[in-house]
Amino acid sequence: MKPTKTLLTAAAIATAAGGVSAEEMTIVSWGGAYSKSQLKAYHEPYSEKTGVTILNDDSSAEAVAKLRAMNEAGNITWDVVDVVASDAIRLCDEGLAMEIDFDTQLAAAPDGTPASEDFGDLLVSDCFIPQIVYSTTFGYRTDLVGDNPPSDICAIFDLENYPGKRSLEKRPINNMEWALLCDGVAKEDVYDVLATPEGQEQALKKLDTIKDNVVWWSAGADTPQLLADGEVVMGSTYNGRLFSVIEEQKQPVAMLWDAQVFDLDGWIIPAGLSEERKQRALDYIMFATDTQRLADQAKYISYGPARASSAPLVGQHADLGIDMAPHMPTDPENAKNTFLYNYEFWADYRDDIDAKFQAWLAQ
Amino acid sequence: MTDASQNAGPMLAADGTPLKQSLARSLRRQKLRALLLVAPLLLFVLFSFIVPIASMLFRSVENSIVQETLPLTVEALQSWDENSGELPDEAVYDAFVRDMVVAVDNKTHTRLGSRLNYEETGMSSMFRRSGRKMGKLDPETDGPFKAQVIEIHEGWGDPKTWAVIKTHSPAVTNGYFLNAVDMRRTPEGAQSQPEDKQILIKLFGRTLFMSLVITASCILLAYPVSYLLATLPMRVSNMLMILVLLPFWTSLLVRTSAWKVMLQQQGVINETLVWLGLVADDARLVIINNQIGTIIAMTHILLPFMILPMYSVMQTIPPSYTRAAKSMGATNWTTFWRIYFPQSIPGIGAGSILVFILAIGYYITPEIVGGTKGVFISNRIAYHISSSLNWGLAAALGTILLGVVLLLYWVYDKIVGIDNVKLG
Repeated sequence: MKPTKTLLTAAAIATAAGGVSAEEMTIVSWGGAYSKSQLKAYHEPYSEKTGVTILNDDSSAEAVAKLRAMNEAGNITWDVVDVVASDAIRLCDEGLAMEIDFDTQLAAAPDGTPASEDFGDLLVSDCFIPQIVYSTTFGYRTDLVGDNPPSDICAIFDLENYPGKRSLEKRPINNMEWALLCDGVAKEDVYDVLATPEGQEQALKKLDTIKDNVVWWSAGADTPQLLADGEVVMGSTYNGRLFSVIEEQKQPVAMLWDAQVFDLDGWIIPAGLSEERKQRALDYIMFATDTQRLADQAKYISYGPARASSAPLVGQHADLGIDMAPHMPTDPENAKNTFLYNYEFWADYRDDIDAKFQAWLAQ
Repeated sequence: MTDASQNAGPMLAADGTPLKQSLARSLRRQKLRALLLVAPLLLFVLFSFIVPIASMLFRSVENSIVQETLPLTVEALQSWDENSGELPDEAVYDAFVRDMVVAVDNKTHTRLGSRLNYEETGMSSMFRRSGRKMGKLDPETDGPFKAQVIEIHEGWGDPKTWAVIKTHSPAVTNGYFLNAVDMRRTPEGAQSQPEDKQILIKLFGRTLFMSLVITASCILLAYPVSYLLATLPMRVSNMLMILVLLPFWTSLLVRTSAWKVMLQQQGVINETLVWLGLVADDARLVIINNQIGTIIAMTHILLPFMILPMYSVMQTIPPSYTRAAKSMGATNWTTFWRIYFPQSIPGIGAGSILVFILAIGYYITPEIVGGTKGVFISNRIAYHISSSLNWGLAAALGTILLGVVLLLYWVYDKIVGIDNVKLG
């Protein structure tokens, strides 16, 4: 009887503690090369400094739904979660992420600039600490475009000069904007036009012209694979994925930076953590988002650090030894014509336009 | 007569208690013991199966968020006529400010915003943007509020906004079910969605149709294989069995991705056909990212679920029956069709039910190889669960899918008879 009782008590204590011992924290991210860059730049130095063991969970793609389910179940097992900005806004709206006081809870820049100024416009939500600027942009097969490599985003709609298939993401976001841009709508008017039913119809009509030549992707790894196999002549994906196709796998692929859509990825801390876990998560965030750490991450992956003060510190790729700056979406040479994802617009219009987009796809 | 029965009395057990009672007690004890033995399984099924399904069914009609977040507003709106085309009066705005002050404090106003945004585009940012300013108002001293609230966001000066809140205020709603069949709840009652947003009925139809095609092609392919398995000598059939089971043990994702390599335009099949000169280089077959891709990949993935029940049924068919038929002069075809085939039907039935029910809920494979025309309703359910967070709609779609499966099961029982299904 006695041993059983002891066992039960031990089990009860373990359950009460949520199965997390004092020296562990669970950090959720996207997996693959991206998680690896975080492991090298943030996790390893942090563990070395504090002795905290970091457990990885590659669940960022379902983070919003899972956090909501955890919140309803009253058992939050994650400490820090990596999400894109639009998801962070959603989590903040749903009360599932903690609000952050940027100036007191984040490190200031080395010259003393407070964090809120250092991050500047990139602080798009009260709950979101930006980490990188990435972009959704196009890559094309250099051997399939002849002597006339595309330099303009509208090449995706130009079947005459660039015959063949193109891959686009299976959702309205970005595609609708590109369609309008290439249908003669001025950049600054795109979201005003897209807010009207006529504008949505106009965008779908433009997409209609290439519908039969599109392979629709839903995972970020699809376009790199399709490009490498020569299935498509050009395709959209995250710029870091294209970097690895071009520089690491040496495929005959080149970047088309025109009208790249900037987006942000960063951290949130789930709401409702115990005080102790919350403090640990905040401590980690303070460490991992300082100027040097953000610049370090760029050694492993071609995403631009979100702090202004980190940009001058970006160096060379850790393994390839090439300069990373020209591969950053924020590099002036690449950022001649860019587009900033409008979070608020899509928070409002996502349900409506997605239904129309999916109905259009199924036609 | 009365005397006799009194004399006989109730029959007594050894310890003096009436036999009936003592028997009942020992039976009860036995039943209790049996119950205790199955209790772990019962509890497991209850908590991992029945409770989640029940809560999913409930989610599809649950809508208490509007009443909980804006209790006073909902009450005040009762006396307002949403079809009048006029704005509600000051009482509603006053109640709304009181509700919002509490909601902003608890940070529930944005949650309500995302809920109402499913019904009316723009509600999400309206609640988010208004929250900060309205949270600072003092309901006791800052009134009247009508002009102030409209000043904060012009959306509050649109009667449509209030009509949406009122229409979706009941704690139990049919709104999600209406959405699930391409309709919507409006102040004027249920209406169909605008044509350019209708997609779900089409997807339900496609899911059923493609699941049937997949089941049928599984039957066609599995029948000869199972027949071989059941009739070949043990040593050969064991080898064949391994070939059937090997893919069955391989990860679903690996198999689906392998089909991608096979079927794409620069893939193995097309390359071979071009090399053989059967297909021109500029006219390669499109056999992926459409319905054909989904059907091929899913037929392959679900094939073992058809082969195994068929095989175990066929194994039990005595070979002497067919020999007897042949000895009495039946041709090969007659022997098969009149003697062998009828005995193998229970296997086909079991396999078909398995494959069909698995197919109807498939999600990963259509997502990877289905393109736009080969996706199922389950892909929409997954989207609403993980991306749009519209769990109510996802639950309604799931409930309808469950209903359809149960209905088909019933039809199957009526036509074929569920007793006529054997797994071996």
